[in-house]
Amino acid sequence: MRDKQGFDRRGFLKRVFVLGGTLLLAGCDQLSSSDWFRRMLFRAETLTRTTQRAILGPNDMAREYTEADISPDFKPNGSIDPQDEDYLALSADSFKNWKLKVGGLVERPMEWSLADLRALPSRTQITRHDCVEGWSCIGKWKGVPLKTLLDQVGLKPEARYIVFYCADTLDQTLAGGAKYYESLGLPDAEHAQTILAYEMNGQTLPVAHGAPLRLRVERQLGYKMAKYVMRIEAVADYADIDGGKGGFWEDRGYEWYAGI
Amino acid sequence: MSAISEEGVPTRRLIYRHRLVVRITHWINVLCITVLLMSGMQIFNAHPALYLGQRSHFDSPVLAMGQAPESDEKPVGVTTILGHGFTTTGVLGVSRENGELVERGFPSWATLPSYQDLATGRRWHFFFAWLFVANGLVYLAYSLTSGHLRELVPSRDQLRHIGGSIWEHMRLHFPKGDEARHYNVLQKLAYFGIVIIVLPLLVLAGLTMSPGIDAAFPWLVDLFGGRQTARTIHFICATLVVLFILVHLVMVLVSGVFNNLRSMITGNYAIEPKEKPDAR
Repeated sequence: MRDKQGFDRRGFLKRVFVLGGTLLLAGCDQLSSSDWFRRMLFRAETLTRTTQRAILGPNDMAREYTEADISPDFKPNGSIDPQDEDYLALSADSFKNWKLKVGGLVERPMEWSLADLRALPSRTQITRHDCVEGWSCIGKWKGVPLKTLLDQVGLKPEARYIVFYCADTLDQTLAGGAKYYESLGLPDAEHAQTILAYEMNGQTLPVAHGAPLRLRVERQLGYKMAKYVMRIEAVADYADIDGGKGGFWEDRGYEWYAGI
Repeated sequence: MSAISEEGVPTRRLIYRHRLVVRITHWINVLCITVLLMSGMQIFNAHPALYLGQRSHFDSPVLAMGQAPESDEKPVGVTTILGHGFTTTGVLGVSRENGELVERGFPSWATLPSYQDLATGRRWHFFFAWLFVANGLVYLAYSLTSGHLRELVPSRDQLRHIGGSIWEHMRLHFPKGDEARHYNVLQKLAYFGIVIIVLPLLVLAGLTMSPGIDAAFPWLVDLFGGRQTARTIHFICATLVVLFILVHLVMVLVSGVFNNLRSMITGNYAIEPKEKPDAR
């Protein structure tokens, strides 16, 4: 649409629109990486955690499904074949020399072999695994309730978080590799469905899913459920561990409370 | 009743159309929905496929976007809907990021942030989700107590004459005079549908994706028939919101953009007098 002066109005409007849109997007990207704005956005997590904790009773259970619902193609994610030397040594002889160490702010630090853990009372649950990416898979897990172990070692009163140290180094092309770790608050650590699983779908836990032992936290997202667990520690605060945000993905911007 | 000038000819006059609370919540909504749609597409891009049921049936998605296999030399974007594939290179499945064709669900210009960053997308999404819900509750509380909500419910008489209203809209003839003082039947249906049905459904379906909320309210999972169905419904509702916005913007543009914008900023709206039949 050209008027008498040869002015291309439609072209002009289009350019204004494209320029405006580009500036807006660039502005949003700038905000996304600016400190003050991230701090503001991150505050929503406190509101989410407080609200969910208020709504969620300590005994509210994640849904348990039937055998028929189990995913035939449960998707392994994150590390699926750790190449860390100490892990390869352990897996070479089927984790016979592996021991789970539980310490930190506890009365009696203890160690368990796989056989020791299998001898403890177990819980089996068929639950839905919700990945932060959006997909879900259903699997059957058998393991020891975390609370059983915490009761045996006896938490000191100042213990507020349970930290899980893993064997795998998760490769991150940008940030460089780092050992996986995670942490839970006591309400989730002591929940009945929070177990350390050594079996999946009736079989010994496969390497892709975290052999020999992985955490299940059924009321949160998949990245909370540390695989290849080596050591558990009770702490008062996780600020001085690694990136200080309480987990591998938390140090990379994800929420510590992964209830949504 | 039209205003009559001294000469006895009906004139254009200003009425107070949108009350302050409606105007403020409208503009907060514009901000929230823009951010939610764009960060939502960022989150979708982390796994650009939708499913039905409790879990993901990876080999039978209802919708999937991605790069066609063996198209590394010259990437081809494919969008699959209910098993039917469409080439969507440049927009969906494969699009340009920093000048290069890469595999991604929605294109860079539509997502927040523009680069792939699920963690930051989630931070934007949940912050503005809280603001959106708070804003929506203020609007609903006000609408219920002020009678505004009733203005959105079509009368039986209006519904009977819906055919005529559609015909008038298609010819871009909009109500004048006293008729323009109230929402017409198509406006009522559109606003009522979006505000009372689609947006609450969208929020509920979003909450149903939360494993924490599902443990607290297991009935939500049943209401939607599974977490993956809830994710699909969340996506469909968001698509309906986009369609609503497109129609809304077109209507604002063709029915007097200045008058419409003024009424949503200052509240004042000019009503044109109804032409007398013999004036033609």
